Amino acid sequence: MDEKRSAWERLQLIHDKNRPTIRDYIPLIFTDFYEMHGDRLCGDDKAIIGGIARLDDRPVTIIAQVKGRDINENKVCNFAMPHPEGYRKALRLAKQAEKFHRPVICFIDTPGAFCGVAAEERGQGEAIARNIAEFMTLRTPIISIVLGEGGSGGALALGVCDELAMLENAEYSVLSPRGFASILWKDASREEEASGVMRITAEDMVELGVAEAIIEEPRGGAHNDLDKISENIKEYLSQKIPEKCKKDIDVLLKERYTKFRKIGAFTE
Amino acid sequence: MFEDFFDVVKKRFNGSEDDYKPPMFKCPRCQETSPLSKYEELHRVCPKCNYHGRLSSRERILITADKDSFREFDSEMKSLNPLDFPDYDEKQEEIRESTGLCDAVITGTATIKGSPVVLGIMDSRYMMGSMGSVVGEKVTRAFEYATENGLPVVMFTASGGARMQEGIVSLMQMAKTSGAVKLHSEAGGLYISVMTDPTTGGVTASFASIGDIIIAEPKVLIGFAGRRVIEGTIKQRLPEDFQLAEFMHEKGFVDMIVERRKMRSVLSHLLKLHGYYPKEV
Repeated sequence: MDEKRSAWERLQLIHDKNRPTIRDYIPLIFTDFYEMHGDRLCGDDKAIIGGIARLDDRPVTIIAQVKGRDINENKVCNFAMPHPEGYRKALRLAKQAEKFHRPVICFIDTPGAFCGVAAEERGQGEAIARNIAEFMTLRTPIISIVLGEGGSGGALALGVCDELAMLENAEYSVLSPRGFASILWKDASREEEASGVMRITAEDMVELGVAEAIIEEPRGGAHNDLDKISENIKEYLSQKIPEKCKKDIDVLLKERYTKFRKIGAFTE
Repeated sequence: MFEDFFDVVKKRFNGSEDDYKPPMFKCPRCQETSPLSKYEELHRVCPKCNYHGRLSSRERILITADKDSFREFDSEMKSLNPLDFPDYDEKQEEIRESTGLCDAVITGTATIKGSPVVLGIMDSRYMMGSMGSVVGEKVTRAFEYATENGLPVVMFTASGGARMQEGIVSLMQMAKTSGAVKLHSEAGGLYISVMTDPTTGGVTASFASIGDIIIAEPKVLIGFAGRRVIEGTIKQRLPEDFQLAEFMHEKGFVDMIVERRKMRSVLSHLLKLHGYYPKEV
């Protein structure tokens, strides 16, 4: 682990073009990955991939937002900004996991849900809301990991889980620091300052009760040692998944609800 | 507030009674002007195009619930400042003074033509109806109360989305509220979501969109992303009717569009159709 970086320094790191994506991680963490396609309603959104694989020997369902490693890949995966059909594919695969008693592992890495005409016409808000509500009572364990960017509702749609882990330099926020500065201070150029006040780092998430664990990155960041960071993620999952699977499902669901239920700051 | 403003204008510019012009309302949808008194008389509905303007939560209770039936929950709940965001406390204090509200939602029990309900009403005057800790907690508690007591929920939404000043804590309110809606649903409770102007962002992407029945008022704005954000992304102007209630109805995300003057009676019928009859006295 490195010296503590500022939120701004971490944002530079996770936007580095060499930052590993889920496509780099899957072969190093899982075996027998079979990708599944489509939401059975409208289409197949390449911003979210999903499928079945083995973690150690156990079958699991993987649902992940995908960033491209170059402009061509990004054109296909829309810079990891899902449309409603991406979220509906995720829900379909989560329900499939529930049916076959497989735990679900979600990997979050998105600037946010896509903002466009088609996304609105097909109910972006409804798709996100539906996932949040359905994941809350999904009768199988769910672990989510923020790999890089955890952008707003588009991230939360894969973020209702029994335990959330953050990679050391990952961020999770209500909107981008740029958007935040633009809305609250009418000055997008103050994004660095915004990143400082917004509380978006892994440590902030643990402190605010949003995340439970931080996965250490190699010196200099995840891209410096793909094997090492993959090993760290795998080690975390190999410990947590069996632990959650052992729990009585009704207890697990109660704990999942309570995890979110208690977040908030108010007086009465 | 409007009246004060027009009084000042009247005093300053009107030399004689003969020159007096009545205060006017300019509709944000059709851009036409009508006498403000006419607009108010229709409970803030544009007489020209039927746009349903914004109501305060207290006005909404008056035209929705039976007289004196509303019992408010958590009326004193106030937001703390989880990020220690500069000026947030002061800003809220100012809005509390000017609106008399503690935050952007009022919740409680009431009856509608005798049928018992849990009622939630958002108020866009309070920081654009944004959802922070207080909105999240009050909406969640309202659903939990309804679940425990076998009551239906009627929620009038009006929100610009998440409360930016509360950062990630405001985002988590989406999970909290939607979770409570889901448990209410699993217990067999009826939830009618009524979208009013505007219903956008994190509220659209959580409890507003998952009602058993979704009603919208005419011409109100409903969407996830803001219009300007989308225009910025696609680099072109959007059609006028984009994200209006009628558009969302056409696309299949709203069950029915109901005019304000008929809302109470439609809600009453729907409640009774689900077995929520007035209690025998």
